[in-house]
Amino acid sequence: MSGITADDAMAEAPQERQGDSYLTAETGLASWLLTTDHKRVALLYAAALTAFFFIGGAAAVLIRLELFTPASDLVSAEGYNRLFTLHGLVMVWFFLVPAIPNTLGNFLLPLMIGARDLAFPRLNLFSWYLFMGAGLLLLAALLLGGVDTGWTFYTPFSTGYAHSNVLLAALAVVLVGFSSVATGVNMLATVHLLRAPGMGWFRLPLLVWSIYGTALVMVLATPVLAAALLLVVAERAFGLPIFDPRQGGDPLLFQHLFWFYSHPAVYIMILPAFGVVSEIVPCFARRRIFGYTFMVYAILMIALLGFLVWGHHMFVSGQSLYASLVFSFLSFVIAVPSAIKVFNWSFTLYRGQISFQAPMLYALGFIGLFTLGGLTGLVLASVPVNRHVTDTYYVVAHFHFIMVGGAVTALYGGLHFWWPKITGRMPPDGWARFAAVLMFFGFSFTFFPMFVMGFLGMPRRYASYPPEFQVWHVLASAGAVLLAAAYLLPMGYLAWSLVRGRRAGDDPWNATGLEWRTASPPPRDNFRVPPIVEEAAYLYHPRHEGPRHEEQEPHRDQGGGT
Amino acid sequence: MSGLSGWVPLWPPAASAEAGTVDAIVLLLLGLSGAVLLLVLCLVAGFAIRYRRGSPAKRGALPELVQSEVEIGWTAATLLLALLLFAWAASAQLGEERTQSDALEIHVTARQWMWKAQHPNGAREINALHLPRGEPVRLLMTSEDVIHSFFVPAFRIKQDVLPGRVTQLRFHPTETGEFHLFCAEFCGTLHARMLGTVTVMEPGDYARWRAAQPEGDGLAREGAALFVSLGCAGCHGAGGGGSEVGVGATVRAPRLAGLYGRDVPLADGRVVRADEAYLRDSILQPGRDVAAGYAPLMPSFAGLLGEGEVQRLVAYLRERGEQPGEGR
Repeated sequence: MSGITADDAMAEAPQERQGDSYLTAETGLASWLLTTDHKRVALLYAAALTAFFFIGGAAAVLIRLELFTPASDLVSAEGYNRLFTLHGLVMVWFFLVPAIPNTLGNFLLPLMIGARDLAFPRLNLFSWYLFMGAGLLLLAALLLGGVDTGWTFYTPFSTGYAHSNVLLAALAVVLVGFSSVATGVNMLATVHLLRAPGMGWFRLPLLVWSIYGTALVMVLATPVLAAALLLVVAERAFGLPIFDPRQGGDPLLFQHLFWFYSHPAVYIMILPAFGVVSEIVPCFARRRIFGYTFMVYAILMIALLGFLVWGHHMFVSGQSLYASLVFSFLSFVIAVPSAIKVFNWSFTLYRGQISFQAPMLYALGFIGLFTLGGLTGLVLASVPVNRHVTDTYYVVAHFHFIMVGGAVTALYGGLHFWWPKITGRMPPDGWARFAAVLMFFGFSFTFFPMFVMGFLGMPRRYASYPPEFQVWHVLASAGAVLLAAAYLLPMGYLAWSLVRGRRAGDDPWNATGLEWRTASPPPRDNFRVPPIVEEAAYLYHPRHEGPRHEEQEPHRDQGGGT
Repeated sequence: MSGLSGWVPLWPPAASAEAGTVDAIVLLLLGLSGAVLLLVLCLVAGFAIRYRRGSPAKRGALPELVQSEVEIGWTAATLLLALLLFAWAASAQLGEERTQSDALEIHVTARQWMWKAQHPNGAREINALHLPRGEPVRLLMTSEDVIHSFFVPAFRIKQDVLPGRVTQLRFHPTETGEFHLFCAEFCGTLHARMLGTVTVMEPGDYARWRAAQPEGDGLAREGAALFVSLGCAGCHGAGGGGSEVGVGATVRAPRLAGLYGRDVPLADGRVVRADEAYLRDSILQPGRDVAAGYAPLMPSFAGLLGEGEVQRLVAYLRERGEQPGEGR
């Protein structure tokens, strides 16, 4: 109960017409390309990411087609190497890393903490231009013949042996890293400085916490990637001996630097997904999130421990056994906060009033796929087993379960959940539920066979393979057809809903966050009345009671009664 | 191809002692992961069905038990489980490292895109490796160009092969048959063609096979010739006996006989074990680990010697090192 009535608010901002949303406040191409509105920048990112998702996805389709038969018949070996490099580079840096933070995060972070915009709106737009510049650089590298180092740029192959556009690609990744850092700094500053009155740290919705954790990791880890790749550029372009053993360099140094960024990058991809699921599950279970404080500390633990486990990518690289054991230990330990999150989501359902609209189906699918992805990580964390399965399809399956089964499923779930807020229209729920179920099964059919063939010994990055693995590749390729359909279908019906979808009210899901306390879509400055926060997040029922038997409990809004 | 038989196998053939260890841990992890997955599935599906909207199940506040105690409970349980798994996997690995016995030593050189192997008697193979069953094997591997990785799924082992460094792989074949050898680290255009076959034979068959191969001179014999022709003997003495100034050599240089496997005190106070890696580094980068009491006079042989020549020299020094040094 903020004490400010709606009448006062109207008096404060009389010039703003009712119904003027951020989408219609200004018109013209320049109003989009020069916007500093975090919501519009989020949509700019969404457009760019969709394009990159199609490019990376097309490469995946070609890869799965090629692997349908054991021989290298659709594309040459050289072509195949360029395809999986393209797929990795585009999907990691130009889709997964920015996927949730720069689209949903950009859109929602100020709304969820009751701010008018991010702390540095111009930096936000600048970060998008950096992203686009990096994207064009990468596209140039691809159009000029591609890159054949794998997204990992391992030395000395990348510095001395690859005959492809390594320099352009590496510089593109360095540049996109700057975009990442700019976004991270912006979000950290926003959470620190722009929380609405009363929005204490432990009243923050978990999506805000997870984006905060992600931003920390982005800011601290990305410069190391830039350094590593600039060293690759220095050696490849100018012959500076750093990684080349013939000149006294150490090729393993690159792997340490690279994984010091790239393992935390996994958490950059998955932490925001945790946040999205933590918003969806309580809303559709009509219960407070179970163990809010534990959830917050789990996010921070993961962000911290994520920096200390990079060596588990290098158990067979020739690093000392004792180093491997330390990294193995820490990798087992990082399973604990992840397990806390899974159990807490499960227990949020306990004694709820659960309904199964599309966002909830995506969230439940996420929990299943992430749990399997996480558990298969334990196998990789144990040194003796890792020696067998690392660099095989087992690893491919594992990280796709986390990043695609996890992060991308959550992205789709979040997109459905906040679609009414972003566009003012409801997604068609029947189609959306169908797509959610299709995505779960399509994903499982595509990637589960990879666990089996990886354990059987099928190595990664093979254009051709011994025929006994074919049955698994055929299964995976067949599943990929379903998965592709599940990814395309929402693009179709969401586009349809822009025109024909039911109009959404301010709070179509009866959710508690501040973002639902304003119009759908929100006005340019987010709130007609600056919200004041008097309660914690997720007030789906009074503290010491649960939802009643019959129907949904009327919830209390975080933003008081405004 | 006994190792590759069977219609749609779900489990790879297990043909080494290491495979047993790995499979045991995998089975345990599979069981535990299955249990945890089932638990999560039961919780989610059970709650989702029981507490679907409008169902008659009891709602209201959470029971006392399901407050923070249960949270601390499963945090502690997962931590304990994680630590137990770590302890088991780590001790299995450490146990494997400790049981190092005399092994059949084979030198492996990887290059884009082939595997070369050389047996102790000098027999050479390309993209193939013959091994006797039941005898421990130690591979000393190095690469001529980029990073490769030696992977035999039936043995459950993998080790990256790096340029400019020797990595080792120990294993103990227990089953005869033919098994895949894969390169597991992406190494360029024909990475997927960098395949080989590992053939494990009964010891008698292996001896016959080896006898039938055109024998090279043996690494150590070739290394001895290099030792003389490169002029190493000039300072270190013929036969690696070492020399004092005035005893037939002009420069004082460390004694190499009996060196292998000993701990060597260095000029900067460190002590290193004189293993293959040390010998190799000392040939290529002599200024790095200078033995205590000697001037850093030796020139580097980096760039003058090929990977194969370094291997031969090291093999020779090892052989000299394992015999008691003259004059000791």
